[in-house]
Order: sequence, then C-alpha cells, then structure tokens
Amino acid sequence: MRDSRSIIVSRALEEIKPGMYINLGIGMPTLIANEIPADRGVMLQSENGLLGIGPYPEEGLEDADLINAGKETVTAVPGASCFDSADSFAMIRGGHVDLAILGGMEVAENGDLANWMIPGKMVKGMGGAMDLVHGAKRIVVVMEHANKQGDSKVKRSCALPLTGQGVVHRLITELAVFDFRDGEMTLVELQPGVTAEEVREKTEARYRLGPGLGGTGEEERS
Amino acid sequence: MNKLARSAEEAIRNIPDGATIAVGGFGLCGIPENLIAALRDLGTSGLTIVSNNCGVDDWGLGLLLASRQIKKMVSSYVGENKTFEQQFLSGELEVELVPQGTLAERLRAGGAGIPGFYTPAGVGTPVADGKETRTFDGRAYLLERGIKTDFALVKAWKADPCGNLVYRRTSRNFNPLAAAAGMVTIAEAEEIADVGELDPDEIHTPGIFVQHVVHGRHYEKRIERRTTRRPEGERE
Repeated sequence: MRDSRSIIVSRALEEIKPGMYINLGIGMPTLIANEIPADRGVMLQSENGLLGIGPYPEEGLEDADLINAGKETVTAVPGASCFDSADSFAMIRGGHVDLAILGGMEVAENGDLANWMIPGKMVKGMGGAMDLVHGAKRIVVVMEHANKQGDSKVKRSCALPLTGQGVVHRLITELAVFDFRDGEMTLVELQPGVTAEEVREKTEARYRLGPGLGGTGEEERS
Repeated sequence: MNKLARSAEEAIRNIPDGATIAVGGFGLCGIPENLIAALRDLGTSGLTIVSNNCGVDDWGLGLLLASRQIKKMVSSYVGENKTFEQQFLSGELEVELVPQGTLAERLRAGGAGIPGFYTPAGVGTPVADGKETRTFDGRAYLLERGIKTDFALVKAWKADPCGNLVYRRTSRNFNPLAAAAGMVTIAEAEEIADVGELDPDEIHTPGIFVQHVVHGRHYEKRIERRTTRRPEGERE
C-alpha cells in the first residue's frame, strides 16, 4: 500500500499545467518539485529570489549562493532569473504567480488556513506563507487528513492561529480532494479506493458533495 | 570617491550600543559574515537587528545571539537556532515576526522614503493585532510601516570604491533592500573592482546607498542544507 504522502504528491502533480509559474512551499510541497516531468514546461519560483529552480546539484557542484526557500542547494534551469526579495514578493503579491502549493496544519470549511504556529510551542515564524496565500492566483493545500492522534485536520473552524482567512482554493489529502468557493467546501474527488462514507467519518468540516459523488452541479452552484 | 575602509573592524567601529541594524541574507546565503564577526569581536550590544533570519547556533547572526549582543530581532523566520529559542523563551530576547514579503517591502519602503503601505498579508491573523485595516475594492489590507535603520550591513559579490554593488545568484535576497534602508550602509564584498570596471548596466545597488565598502578577508559561505542528486547515468 502506498503511503499518504506519495498519494497526495501524485494527485498534486495533476494541478501543475504547462506554462505555469509555481511556488512550492517547504515540506511536502518540495517533494512535488522532484516529481515534475522536465517536459511539463513550468517555472518554479523560490521566494528567496529565483525564478526557474532546477534539480539538486550533483555532488561537488553545490553553490552556497544558489539555494531555495528551504535553504537547500539547488540549480537554476536555462532561462532562470535572480532578483531581490522585494521583487520576489512583487511577483507573489502582485498576482503574477499562477499557483502556490502549500503544506497545512489545519484547513477549515470556509477556506481558512493555519500552517505556521502552534501556541505553547516554539514559534518559528511565518516566512513567506502569509504573503503567498493572498498573492498567488490559486492556492492548493496538501496535507494529511488527520493528525497522529487520528483527529481530523479538516475542520469546522481552525483552532490554530491563521495564516490567512478564506484563502484556500483546493485541498488535497490522502483521502479526497475538496474545493472552496464563496465560503463553502465541496468534496470533488475521492482518492483511489476511498469511499465517500470513509471521508465523512474522518472529516470534521461540513461539505457539499460534488457531481458524481451524490451531489449535483445544481447543488454545487447553489 | 573612495569609500573603501581598511578593515571590517574599522568600518563597524562607529556603530554604538543600542543601534538598529538591517542585515542582508536569507538563511546563511548572502550574509555579511566578516562584518558580523567584527561586530562580535568588538562586543557592541543592545542591538535591534532587522533580518529575515537569525543565522544558526554557531554562524551568522547566531554568533551575536550567543554573545548576547542582540536585544530585539525583527524577522520572518527564526527556526534552526537553539540559542534563539532559549533567549526568547526566557524573555531575554524580544522578537517581532513579520511576513517575509511585508519585511522586504517595509525595508524597500523605508529606503525609498515611504512611511507606510497597505498589504493583504496577515489580515485576520495575529499579525494584524493593533494595526489599521482598510478595504480597497472589497478586499481588506493592513497598514504596515516602512523601516529605516541606523545602519545596514550587506554582502555583495563585487563592489567598487564608489559603493556600487553586484550580487551573485540568490545571495542578493534582502541585501539591496537593507542597503537602501540603512542611514549608514556598510557593504562587504568578495571582490573589489576598480572604479569604472563594473558595467553601469550590471550594478544592482548604486553606490549612493552605500557609505563604506570592505573587502571581505575570508569567506566560509556555509551551506545550511547540502542537497545533491546522483550524476546522470548513475540512477537506479
């Protein structure tokens, strides 16, 4: 059986369309970068100042001056460009980045996202996440459906401090795919081998059923 | 015009205790390592540092934490640092967390003479506490202030005696923004070019933003996360 992460990563790959400029967050989203086919024709943006992230360098060719936002050594693809942090966030905040795929700690049924802080634990900071959720044209969150205790991370409302309000467009977990529109959440896809009942059981949030999942197009639009 | 200082020590000597300093770099990439080391050796204390990160335990700005020279950090991400954690939890170190794009824009605005601006980042989060919120075209934005600092420490790849700076790859990051935000900016560079040697079209930070230039004596350029792939043809 495949582990949750690889199920999520392979579904997230389908979000990546030719010609897109994409920012991938740290953690699970970085795993996606390594799986994008070279011929997909996309440019990956790194908020520390690189458009056109390439694969990791071969051993011995690491360049301390060329890293991604996770501080990992990377390469630059042909056609890449480098810039300062203000230009980088002008790209992000200015709506020039087509897609951001981010990790999550909690997502709520109204599209709220929490992914930067657990009160009582050491606070590390939000990095660029709060800018990204308001800037990129489309925000896709990838996360496991439940925490280690088995509690749903897909919630009626986030208990953790927010990264952004109503910012998520799509959520991909190892069980299902949900879309968010006008403050409402809709189940749009089941992962292979998962039933709608199982999703219902393991989800705290309330959601509509999309077409083909017991719902109708009418219902989705209502 | 000759802004060359003889040494990092000479360049930072006039920074007083309690100064506010913008420091370039992202993680350990593009940090002014010689100037930070000189500041550590001189022992200037009570500093407020505006920098995206705070180095690691034994390198970069982490050195100034270890020697307790920093009073307050203004940063977007401060993980990877145990000394930081200890001093923050004990209340010794004050921390202002700022979204990364907001931090970049606050420095850019400060350096460009703009006292404040509206950004959507942080609306509805703890970042919005105590800040004016205003709606433009149906969307909420926070008022954020520009940052000007007493000093800035930046790191370039190439510099000339006029203070013109050129950065390499992603080591540019916050450096040009810090350079403009500092009332007195001290730049260190790996290479010093003669006046006229750098093509005007290739200059990233024009010399007007830089008051002192230091030839970095030694560069360690530490890598925080060394990630590599197998050479082609060796894949399984």
